Parts: sequence; C-alpha cells; structure tokens
Amino acid sequence: MTETAASPAALKPPRSQWRDVWDQFRTHKGALLGLIVLVSLVLFVTIGPFFRDAPDLTIAQQIKLRNKPPSWEFPFGTDQLGRDMLLRMMEGGKVSISVGLVAMLISITLGSTVGVLAGYFKRLDGPLMRMTDLFLALPLLPLLLVMVMLFREKLAGALGPEAGTFLLIVSAIGVTSWMQAARIVRGEVLALKEREFVLAARSIGTPPRRVILRHVLPNVMSPIMVAATLGIASAIITESALSFLGLGFPPDFPTWGRLLYDGVEQMQLFPARVIWPGLAISLTVLSVNYIGDGLRDALDPRIRGR
Amino acid sequence: MLTFTIRRLLLAIPTLLFISLVIFLLLELAPGDPMSEVPLTVPPEVKQKMREALGADQPMFFRYMLWLKQFFVIEPLHILGAITGYDLAGDAQRIISWQSRSPVADIIAQRIPQTLTVIGAAYLIGVLIALPIGIYSAYRQYSWFDQLGTFISMIGFSVPTFFTGVLLIVIFSVKLGWFPSIYDTTLRVTDWASFGKQVKQMVLPVSVLALYNAAQISRYMRSSMLDNLGQDYVRTARSVGMTERVVVLRDVLRNSMIPVVTVIALGIPTIFGGAIITEQVFKVNGLGQLLISAIHGNDLPMVQTLTFIFAILIVLFNLIADILYGILDPRIRYD
Repeated sequence: MTETAASPAALKPPRSQWRDVWDQFRTHKGALLGLIVLVSLVLFVTIGPFFRDAPDLTIAQQIKLRNKPPSWEFPFGTDQLGRDMLLRMMEGGKVSISVGLVAMLISITLGSTVGVLAGYFKRLDGPLMRMTDLFLALPLLPLLLVMVMLFREKLAGALGPEAGTFLLIVSAIGVTSWMQAARIVRGEVLALKEREFVLAARSIGTPPRRVILRHVLPNVMSPIMVAATLGIASAIITESALSFLGLGFPPDFPTWGRLLYDGVEQMQLFPARVIWPGLAISLTVLSVNYIGDGLRDALDPRIRGR
Repeated sequence: MLTFTIRRLLLAIPTLLFISLVIFLLLELAPGDPMSEVPLTVPPEVKQKMREALGADQPMFFRYMLWLKQFFVIEPLHILGAITGYDLAGDAQRIISWQSRSPVADIIAQRIPQTLTVIGAAYLIGVLIALPIGIYSAYRQYSWFDQLGTFISMIGFSVPTFFTGVLLIVIFSVKLGWFPSIYDTTLRVTDWASFGKQVKQMVLPVSVLALYNAAQISRYMRSSMLDNLGQDYVRTARSVGMTERVVVLRDVLRNSMIPVVTVIALGIPTIFGGAIITEQVFKVNGLGQLLISAIHGNDLPMVQTLTFIFAILIVLFNLIADILYGILDPRIRYD
C-alpha cells in the first residue's frame, strides 16, 4: 500500500505553506470581505489623490466654495474653509493608515524582541516580564495624552510640525502597546525551546543568535502576524482618539480622527462631516479585525485543512 | 491564600512607587511653568516667592518625596478629617491645582459622582446585557443568534466610542430630538420629573459605553462557556438525567463564570480611562474631562494626581482579580 501511495504519479505537486494558508483564509468569508474592503480603502487613499488635484484658487474664490452640499464636483461637499472633503478624506486616510502601520511595526518589533529574549534566556525572563507587568499597570491613555502634551511642541520645533507629530504619535503608541505581543511571543518561545530541533541546533553548538533567527523566529511568526494585524487596528483607533481629544495632528494636517474632531463643531448643520471620517475609521478597523480573525484560523495548523 | 494576598499587597508597593516615579519624571520634562497663569504685571521677585511657596525651586528628588508625602500622608489625613470632623492634617501643604488654586483632592471629590453615575451604570448594564448573550450564543453555537452576536460584538469593539457617541447624537438628538446631547450636571434629582430628565440625559452616554463593554464581555462569556460545555462532567451530568436547565445554568455557568468575573474586575479601571473619550463627547464633567482640561491647561499637579489614581485603580483591581480567581476556583492554589 505504501509503495503505491508513494509512487510519483499519485503524488500531487507539493504545495507551499502559504498556499495552504491562503486556501484556509479564503474559506473565512468575513476575513475575505475584510481584505477586499481594506484593499479598496488603501487604494482609495493612495491612488485617489492622483485623480483629484486641489484646485489652485485665490482666497476669495476659495471662501466662495465653503459649506457646499454634495455635488458632482465635490461628492462629499466642502468644509467651512471651502476645501474639498473627498480630497481631505483621502489625505487623512493616508496619514491614519500609515500611523497604524508604523506604530504596529514599532510595537511588534519591541514586543517580539522582549518576548524572544525573555523566553529564550532564562536570566532575562524575570526582569523583562516584571517590566512588562509594570507597563501593563500604567494608565495608558492618560499617559499617551501627557506624552503628546509634553513633547509635541519640542519635536514640532525640531523636525517640523508634520514629521515631528507623526514621529511622536507613532512612537508613543508603539511604546505603550507592545506588552501583549511580548507575552504571547514569550509563551510560544518557552514551548519551542524544549522542542527537539532547537535542542539539536543548540547541541551542535549553534550560537544563540543563529538559533533564534533560524529556528525560533520562523516558528513564532504566526502569532506575531496575528498580533500585528490586530495591532494596526488598535493603533488607528488610538491615533483617532488622540486627534479627537485635540491632542493629535495639527489642524491643517488632516487625519480621519482630526476630521471627525473638526466636524463635531458643525455636527448639527452638517452631520455628513462627522459620519464620513467615522465610517472610514470604523470600516478600516472592522476589516482589519476580521482579517486578524481569519489569519488566526488560517495560520493554525490544527484547524487548517479541515 | 492569606499569605498570597499579603505578598501581593507588598509587591504592589514597589510597583506603585515605580509608576509614580515614571509619571513624576515624565512631567518633570514638561516645559510648563506654574507661574504661566499669573499676570505679567506681578513683579519677578514676587513670582520667585510664589514659586518658593509652591516648592517649585527645590531639587527634583525633594519635590518627588514631597509629592509622595502629600499624596500618601497629607491628602488621606484631610479626607479622614473631612469624614470624622477632626482636623487631623493641620495646615500642612496640600496638592494645589495650578489652574484653580484649590486642593486637587477637593476638585476630584466634586467630579467623582458624575463619573460613577454614568460610567458605573454603563458598566453594570453592559455586564447585564453581555452575560445572557454570551451564555445563549455558546449554548447554540453557530446558530443565527450566535452569528448575529459575533457580528454585533465585532462592531462593538471595532467602532470607536467617539464615533458611536457622535453618531447617536446625530440620530437621536439632532434628527429626532429625543435625548439631550449634553449631560447637564447641575440637574438635581428631587422629584419624578427631574428623575425622568436625569434618565433621559444618561441614555446616550450609557448606551455608548454599555455597547462597548458588552461586546468584550460577551465574547469572554461565550468562549468560557464553550470551553466548559465540551467537558466530561457535562456529559456525565446529562447522562444521569439532569435537565438541560440545571446542567447549563447551574453546573456549566458556575464554572464558566470564574474567568469572566476576573475579566469584569480587570475591566473596571480601564473604564475610567476609556471614559475620557465618552465624557468628552457628551460633556459629562467627570474625571476624564477633568484630566483633559488639566492637560490642555498645563495643570501638572492635577494631571499627576489623576494619572496616579488611575494607576492605583489598575493595580488594585489586578490584585482583586487575582484573589477572586483563587477564591472562586479551588483548583488554583497560590501557596
């Protein structure tokens, strides 16, 4: 029996792991829909501005255009300064999504480094995990607000208002959100360290750096990826919350949270101005969360292929 | 259990000291000046005296120790004195707000009732909604009810509270005019009419926060129920002829509540933090709004005290959750 099963004709061509993951991912309807929504939102904010140039107007012409209702020329209308809302939504989305991505990269890098070090080196485990616990006990949103309040002007002076605020918000979110990833990664590494292949690698004298990079990290990639996906969502929400409280980006630098904050003052007359940015934030976060859900199922070999 | 509690209580002290140091050092780097609100006509030497009176010219370490002493000794003595009627603290220097020049603790005491009414009601209602939904979705896994519950809770924690709040205001107070969009804290409940008004103005903020909390807790409840429904003891209970009602509501529910109770306890301090946004949306002048206005006004003593109170709450409820876990689950032995 085994002979026939192993004969080359009966064998299907080998499938790569990522192909399997993708096949499993496709069966999760919410995740697939989330991916489609997210990709179209990303296209909307990246390619969209190329099709809509801000018209070169004098101030008098600009003011005449203010508070226009939705029309063919301005599908989302214009704001109280006569700026095209659709274009502002695109520009704002670009900033919001890039803040989400960069903050996630920082927090994942920090989290996996701490997690791997704590899991792999027994001496570092205690101190690093105590530090993680301490960070978890910090009141994060108030601290974020305080950090932005204290350093916004300094950094804006040094790097310019846009780059300075971007750097500050991204690093503040990154520094306050790495703890969950660190805990998950540490747990996985602790289990992996006892496995035979790691033992084998260590027993032939592989230095720890190589063991971590070649054997440990590739095997903890799936929880890291899931944590990363969910990290984007929470970073986008945090940035919007900061902007909503008036402690995010400067007013002439739109993000979805900032647009929502600006819209609240005219909510009674122009409810669309709060609904569009809010809807965009919610849709992005919802689709990212669904993708994370699908990814978790797809990357779990126990579920895959059933 | 007792030794565990004592050990954890002792461990909480260095944690809190560390957090207080972090907060203090962070604010130390602030460019703000306590004299920034004082008019420019006040001569510099008077300003210098005022600064000395506030203790702002001392070295950093002394100010940190002074702040700790004020926070842990003088303020509690004042609160105790206010309750018992004796003057315990004497005229020791209290923590003074730079904005209003009155003791920070007094302002906080004025704000706590609003936060507790709105946020507390929201959390309670959130929990009360979440538990039945979680139980029923787990019992009928993959039914339409479960699918709907999953979807709604996904929305509940994906849609940020500042958007749900604004959306509800647009729908229910701008378009329909059913509820006020601003929470009026001067309202005193004296009769049924004012009670009705109070309920009406609480509907919107409470439903925003309740949806958000219910979304999270119902997920925990569901997964915890699912874990327990597959256990052997459930099959045994069914096979000896117990009714479904007894099996699910007595045996399974009791066991599934263990992790959920700790999650509920852990959620209480984050509520105070998360409420910052909701309070801002509905203009509830509670603790969160106080923090935001203090941040905008560069009122460092207020920011410091509030942030530290939030930190104490987190540490305290972590401790409570751990102890509850040990009490509720006899399989867990800390000693």
